[in-house]
Amino acid sequence: MLSRVAENLYWMARYIERAEDTARLLSVNSHLMLDLPRHLPLGWAPLIEMTGTLEAFNERHSSFDERSVVHFLCADAQNGSSILAALASARENLRTTRDVVPREIWEEVNHLYLSVAEHAENGVSPRRRDTFLKSVIRGCQTLTGLIEGTLSYGPARTFIKLGRHLERADMTTRIVDVRSASLLPQNPDELLPFENLQWMSVLKSLTAYQMYRQQVRLRVRGPDVLRFLLQDPNLPRSIACSLETVGHELQLLPRQDRAAATVSLVRADVVDADIQALAHSPSKLHAFVDELQIGFAAIHDMLSATYFVNSDGVPRVTQLQSQSHAGDDDND
Amino acid sequence: MSQVNWNNYSCSDFYDELLAAPGKPRASADELCNMLARFSAEELAERKTAAEIAIRTMGITFTVYSEGAVIDRAWPFDIVPRIIPASEWRKTEAGLKQRVQALNLFIDDLYHDQKVIKDKVLPAEVLAQSVNFRPQCVGINPPHGVWAHICGSDLVRGGDGTLYVLEDNLRIPSGVSYMLENRNVTKRVLPELFASGKILPVDDYVANLYDMLASMSPRPGDDPQVVVLTPGIYNSAYFEHAYLAQQMGVELVQGSDLLVDDDDVVYMRTVEGLRRVDVIYRRVDDEFLDPEAFNPNSMLGVAGLMRAWRAGKVALANAPGAGVADDKIVYAFVPEIIRYYLDQEPLLPNVPSYLCMFEEDRKYVLEHLDELVVKPANESGGYGMLIGPHSTKETRDEFARLINANPRNYMAQPTLALSTTPTLSNGLPQPRHVDLRPFILSGPETHVTTGGLTRVALVEGSLVVNSSQGGGSKDTWIVETDENAAAAAEQEGV
Repeated sequence: MLSRVAENLYWMARYIERAEDTARLLSVNSHLMLDLPRHLPLGWAPLIEMTGTLEAFNERHSSFDERSVVHFLCADAQNGSSILAALASARENLRTTRDVVPREIWEEVNHLYLSVAEHAENGVSPRRRDTFLKSVIRGCQTLTGLIEGTLSYGPARTFIKLGRHLERADMTTRIVDVRSASLLPQNPDELLPFENLQWMSVLKSLTAYQMYRQQVRLRVRGPDVLRFLLQDPNLPRSIACSLETVGHELQLLPRQDRAAATVSLVRADVVDADIQALAHSPSKLHAFVDELQIGFAAIHDMLSATYFVNSDGVPRVTQLQSQSHAGDDDND
Repeated sequence: MSQVNWNNYSCSDFYDELLAAPGKPRASADELCNMLARFSAEELAERKTAAEIAIRTMGITFTVYSEGAVIDRAWPFDIVPRIIPASEWRKTEAGLKQRVQALNLFIDDLYHDQKVIKDKVLPAEVLAQSVNFRPQCVGINPPHGVWAHICGSDLVRGGDGTLYVLEDNLRIPSGVSYMLENRNVTKRVLPELFASGKILPVDDYVANLYDMLASMSPRPGDDPQVVVLTPGIYNSAYFEHAYLAQQMGVELVQGSDLLVDDDDVVYMRTVEGLRRVDVIYRRVDDEFLDPEAFNPNSMLGVAGLMRAWRAGKVALANAPGAGVADDKIVYAFVPEIIRYYLDQEPLLPNVPSYLCMFEEDRKYVLEHLDELVVKPANESGGYGMLIGPHSTKETRDEFARLINANPRNYMAQPTLALSTTPTLSNGLPQPRHVDLRPFILSGPETHVTTGGLTRVALVEGSLVVNSSQGGGSKDTWIVETDENAAAAAEQEGV
């Protein structure tokens, strides 16, 4: 498979997942805001910080009021991380490579983008927001289903899954981070009566509430939820599970050693994390999320260097390999 | 109630491809015309809708780029096929093979000894002023001595029923994917007529194309790595590039996917690393092919590609420089070129042409601008033309000025009474003008497509068949008729 095609598919999948998870992130915060009493000094600013868009936001808005933040994350085409821009990028990435995937996938991406472009402005208002965000999530899920159900096992699927699951791991850490220091007051006493409520919101935003009840069979408590979302080997959106998939998909590719080693390191970080400590210290949790995100970036850099760049500056170790691969590889 | 009454089909002004006269289908079209006459208005409309749905679901599009937006337009298609009897087609095929063979010898000569000029068959000034002659190609020996591996020649039928060659596209002719898809759509829409087995199939083109490309590999014996090089999604023929790559099972690459190493070998960047490329079916114009050799600003090409080609490390189809024979002035010399290289009489006639570079011709052209079609030497897609009978005084004056300023760049032909063929308009078949573009593959063997792409001017009276300018297309059937019927058809044709 061509490096350009692989990279485009990888980014297409990342952007689709990013759109879905940004919708989930906005959804959990919206619900939290409704449930918590007014005197708690909650705000929307942390969402901007979590999505790493503080600078771009400040260029366009003077305050972190609800409308500005939600509009910025949903409908601002200039913000590369907004739902609208993510879907536009997914579409552009697929446009040049749509010939390697079944036609319905291109049509669905196209349809999803056009429908979001049409409704994003109105979808920002509190009254319509829930419906809008749900439609984004559903559209992305439809796409994921189409890909799973129709795309042949081969490099195209592999790069799509790498992109999707790396982005999902990244975004799940950001959603968990909603619970971290920057969002909630430091005084635990004030928080106590609402703690369950908040964790429940996080679970629900990841469609993990029922799974949690089935699997954990306990009342919703911080450490258990955190363990579930970080380490559960069976929950599709848990970070351990996403990284497991990334590692598994990598085994299908040639020259995967260094990227696979990086994945193992990050995964060990997640699996060995001291959940009790993280659950009781928002600042520790926040630092831990930062650490994981640096790990995800390292995985991406390794994928990019190995499979996407292949530029003139890269040593030509591959010529012999590709010769010897030519016989046993039918994937491309 | 039946909708189509062929007695009301007014085809007396031009040669019609399907009917010899109102109410009188030609032998090869008898079955089709009778079936259409049996259809009710609803059934005819249903078939038309079925074709539109098929085109949409099959994703047959062409790309229009305007005002910054990329638009994929559905391919404009007419369900009534155009029919040519197999007996006539066999002669046409032989004529096309002869023509392309001579053209390839001609191009090879121009880049070597230029005997054709020394022997005064082609005036030296024609070559001297050719914008498509590439000095970078002098002395190169492409595989099989072939430069124009894929040629698309446009044929038109005049009022006397003769098929003329209107032009030869030797650079990067397009349209073959639509020829193949038109057949697929028509099979869905009019399956009854294919049952008789008289319609010759067209679908061996892609296999022939691949075999030809593979035969050009500089590393014989190995499984050659063939790729299609596209300028990208903004190119109007992107659908075709993707289609052919997919059908041949080869990679569709862009310039940025390839690189030429110090060893002059072309590689493509894949997830496994760099892979050697042996044959490039390039759909990028010469000037953009290699910023080292041609336009230094080109983002579409591959730096060093000409170096690799000259060193024989990669094969290019068509060869750079092949366009030297794809020039409307050189066109006028093709009958002489055939006689010169093959010592044969041309089997297919040219449309009579006046070359403005010759004083006598120029004088005639300038005096008869209102009757002639004037064409610039190197435009394609129907741009920059003057169609005399449909022109205004201002445009004629403008062309007179252009011709006097640069006579070598213009030629003129009589306005042809292009043949018509029944084409649905408001639910009824109406005569519309058509041309035909067969594709000729030249490698170790020469293959001509069975028929070709029939393009139709959908607007009444219009002669412009280009899809970029409101033309459409239809399936082309080469039909076996029994000998007597074929003879009768020919009689009618004369």
